[in-house]
Amino acid sequence: MISELLNMNGYGLYVWSAFSFTLLSFTTLFIFIKVQYNKERDKFIAKYGALDTQKAKIARTQIINQEILSSSQSI
Amino acid sequence: MFKIFEPNRIFLITSKAPKYVMSLFIMVLAIGLVEALILSPEDYKQGHSVRIMYVHVPSAWISLGIFSSITLLSLSGYVFRHKNFFLIAKSLAPSGLVFNIVALVTGSIWGKPTWGTWWAWDARITSMLVLAIFYLLYLVAWRIYGDKDKVLKITTLITIFGIVNIPIIKYSVEWWNTLHQPASINLMSKSAIHSSMLLPLIIMTAAFALFSLLIFLMKYNTELIKLKNKGLDRL
Repeated sequence: MISELLNMNGYGLYVWSAFSFTLLSFTTLFIFIKVQYNKERDKFIAKYGALDTQKAKIARTQIINQEILSSSQSI
Repeated sequence: MFKIFEPNRIFLITSKAPKYVMSLFIMVLAIGLVEALILSPEDYKQGHSVRIMYVHVPSAWISLGIFSSITLLSLSGYVFRHKNFFLIAKSLAPSGLVFNIVALVTGSIWGKPTWGTWWAWDARITSMLVLAIFYLLYLVAWRIYGDKDKVLKITTLITIFGIVNIPIIKYSVEWWNTLHQPASINLMSKSAIHSSMLLPLIIMTAAFALFSLLIFLMKYNTELIKLKNKGLDRL
């Protein structure tokens, strides 16, 4: 059963390499975008932390800033 | 009119959505893979190699759909003078390019057992390669001119030239005598594909669409945070 599934009457190499390439591309793209996201978010947190009291007060008025700091994109 | 597209409002949704989209994507992909690799029948002519269709066709469809959306969004950005349209278009491009590459590579892998060659300069395949070049140009333009105003003009021009290629891709198999087979699925008439093969194709298309949505959301959130970073600098 397993060897049949792997071999697919001689087409296994083509089928599995097509599916593997697709999943590998998806994983690479996901990791690439995730790394970019984390980098920007870390930069934002560092900048936000370095604001003086006055500027921090202004920044706090924007909901989006609060949302970024508590960012729930936890995947 | 476009208050719904305000980044501050949108981020409240887009920051929470990825984890739900990710869960749904994994579920639909798992069902799609079982259907595509195990449950669906082999083709009477192509044998098991027909299973490559379940990754090749959805990738091609989505890459064409994304490029059309990018063009529409870029033009809308100009017409309605709304920068967020450009941001949405920019966030769609990475997944569009990857789906384009997947369609080309899996098509090439499918070509070897079916046509006896990895590559042929036929109209459909070549026009898909041209689309990949337009995707690359679009992304490179954002990278080079990202901080300048002219980036909007340059990227929109690229999409306008690129969109001319979309009908060429679609009708290339009818206009020219190509190695690539004509479309088996037509929205206007009965499909030439059996339901036992149509079902996995639809499920895999749904899974791939969810993946492109996931990547779009993550990229869009990144772009919004990038804007906010600039905003903090200006405080």
